[in-house]
Amino acid sequence: MGIKILTEHIGKEDLKPIDAYMKYGGYTAVKKALTSMSPDAIVEEVKKSGLRGRGGAGFPTGMKWSFLAKPEGKPRYLVCNADESEPGTFKDRYLMMHSPHTLIEGMIVSSFALGANTSYIYVRGEMMFVIRILEKAIAEAYAKGLLGKNILGSGYNLDLYVHPGGGAYICGEETALLESLEGKRGNPRNKPPFPAVSGLYACPTVVNNVESIAATSWIINNGGDEYAKIGIGKSTGTKLISACGNINNPGVYEIELGLSVEEFLYSDQYCGGIANGKKLKALVAGGSSVPILPAHLITKTANGESRLMSYESLSDGGFATGTMLGSGGFIVFDEDQCIVRNTWNFTRFYHHESCGQCSPCREGTGWMEKVLHRIEHGHGHMHDIDLLVDVAKKIEGNTICPLGDAAAWPVGSAIRHFRDEFEWHIKNPSEATRKGAVYRKEAVFA
Amino acid sequence: MENTAPQLFKVTIDNIEVEVAPGTTILQAARQIGHHVAPPAMCYYTSLKGTGGKCRACLVKVTAGSAKDPRPMPKLVPSCITTVQDGMIVENTVNEQVLETRKGVVEFLLINHPLDCPICDQAGECHLQDFAFEHGRGTQRYEEERRTFEREDIGPYIQLHMNRCILCYRCVFTADQLTNKRVHGVLNRGDHAEISTYISKAIDNDFSGNMIDVCPVGALTDKTFRFKQRVWFTKPVTAHRDCEHEKCSGKVTLWYKGEDVLRVTGRKNEWGEVTEFICNTCRFDKKKTSDWVIEGPAKVSHHSVISANHYEKKAIPEFGFKQAAQQYKQIDDLPVQLPEGEKKPVGIVVRPDSK
Repeated sequence: MGIKILTEHIGKEDLKPIDAYMKYGGYTAVKKALTSMSPDAIVEEVKKSGLRGRGGAGFPTGMKWSFLAKPEGKPRYLVCNADESEPGTFKDRYLMMHSPHTLIEGMIVSSFALGANTSYIYVRGEMMFVIRILEKAIAEAYAKGLLGKNILGSGYNLDLYVHPGGGAYICGEETALLESLEGKRGNPRNKPPFPAVSGLYACPTVVNNVESIAATSWIINNGGDEYAKIGIGKSTGTKLISACGNINNPGVYEIELGLSVEEFLYSDQYCGGIANGKKLKALVAGGSSVPILPAHLITKTANGESRLMSYESLSDGGFATGTMLGSGGFIVFDEDQCIVRNTWNFTRFYHHESCGQCSPCREGTGWMEKVLHRIEHGHGHMHDIDLLVDVAKKIEGNTICPLGDAAAWPVGSAIRHFRDEFEWHIKNPSEATRKGAVYRKEAVFA
Repeated sequence: MENTAPQLFKVTIDNIEVEVAPGTTILQAARQIGHHVAPPAMCYYTSLKGTGGKCRACLVKVTAGSAKDPRPMPKLVPSCITTVQDGMIVENTVNEQVLETRKGVVEFLLINHPLDCPICDQAGECHLQDFAFEHGRGTQRYEEERRTFEREDIGPYIQLHMNRCILCYRCVFTADQLTNKRVHGVLNRGDHAEISTYISKAIDNDFSGNMIDVCPVGALTDKTFRFKQRVWFTKPVTAHRDCEHEKCSGKVTLWYKGEDVLRVTGRKNEWGEVTEFICNTCRFDKKKTSDWVIEGPAKVSHHSVISANHYEKKAIPEFGFKQAAQQYKQIDDLPVQLPEGEKKPVGIVVRPDSK
């Protein structure tokens, strides 16, 4: 059983009331940080911890903080990105729903470290129940003197606001989030300048994921070195994984990075194996935007080593044999799942959510969706497969924000690993469109 | 005496070195060299703040970031918003990846832009037409249904035909920066996005006509000129008047057919951009020769069809062509032979003050 940092006390009792949270040692990190540490010392601890951004990109959090421009008469801001909305990813919502004070405590510590006196939690607008939980928790923190003026007599002031998002997936991209927070249309900005230089209201801003911010409290209480001992290599600490698809125990799990994929997938403690005793066909390890892995690459890397739940092991060999840990959306496909249909489904999402600013993403996502729709519905041509690969290549890396990549990678990887299934759909339209029909090839199952 | 002149950055674009002021973008540096290396731009507009970076037509490869850090940039970068560094090396027309990507951008833009040039009022002046001709592929692979819209009058002077819109946002920036009663913008998202006005509002601002000038395609057209004449049958003449509107430059191009002024537009520079905007009174209400002080025949932009067959002596030295020839693989696969004793050319230096 691995160590738990964020979810240790969840389930023992309702942690939403502040008193219950404090009973388990809540807000001790705030007290320690504000009364005995300097902001630079906190940044150093986070750097030492090796904590990497849990939103998907995996950029070192401490390094990101150290990029924040020095104040020149301008305020600095911390913005928590709680706009979680990628298919298959639902870990932040779980944490905020069950233990809102874990996030708020992390926000106070992180804001102090960054010298921010106003911070925001940008929550997806559809998650009104989470917004209400957070607002209530923030009011409790104000009442306890943990937010507002002169927190715990330290002289540090912090105002924390919950901001309902615009209801668009693109608003989870950090610069689009900032635009939306400023009250504008949620379109991504061109970078540079990066938010660390010119972010919210053109001031230095750090945008972090819920899970990253929540982890800082533990780091302050226990030290960055202790955190770095957890996990494996450059993938330190624990990670929330939202597991779904054809598994026996779907849900959110906190795992120590470095756990083997096999154990996570088959152990009763976690996913509990493939549902209904079926065979494993494919896996998306980090949310719908990362490349899909076929069965033979799920538990073993290209070198034959055991595949681990870590940034490095999952990305082994690049996209040809690997994928990404991403946001930790673990989606499992059994033998009865149609890869073409699922790829179309993912692409439909990205087509719908593209902001429309840059031409490759605006037009390309729609084009891919229409071609995949045709193939799935028995009207495809063999040249459509290469067309999809080419369109995905034309989008990848050429867009303002990573949404274009997120749309292109699933398509490219699905064709790379399951080309015969696409060909089968095209060659056998009447069979492929029959309800429940699915392409089966023994070699691809594990 | 201390030299107070600002330090210039040396940038190499397609093997041609140019010295530019810090803060200059790659696109502007390339424009200083000339048309033959300047990347195309569909959304960027020099005189409008915040434009650029959207259409991705101007993507270039930076093979060396700077003299201090010569690592290449991992992705293609939009040249219109990426500023130069000293010692930066950029590949535009000589990079296969750039050309291939650009081909893709043309294809994407033409998905929802009909090739109805024969009936479009922008024919002959359309930047997308030039872009597709210079960088596109000969065939279209898109087989699905295109989106279609009804034509819409969005004010007394402007007709919007969304079918042709490539969502460059130029008109939105124009309205935002030149007018004080902005009532239009982009609705929806993705390929459902469209330019429209706020719930049945009409665009009636004094400077709204400039939205027509900045539109690179035929999506926003001048209702007073629509279908009056093809642009290549008109004669552009430069003129000015002392306009009472404080923000109006009064500097225009009059488009004549015989004795009649059919259209008045802002003056565009060689990159097809208006640098001094004009008011609606000058544009729509002053269509008599007597309203204007005529300066002479207009210098026609290379974008305009009127410039066809008007040859100008190339400013590129002879060795520049030889160098270009070396960059490309010959059809018969024979290496290019330089005359005996001639050294390999190293490029030319263009300085801001050189002509």
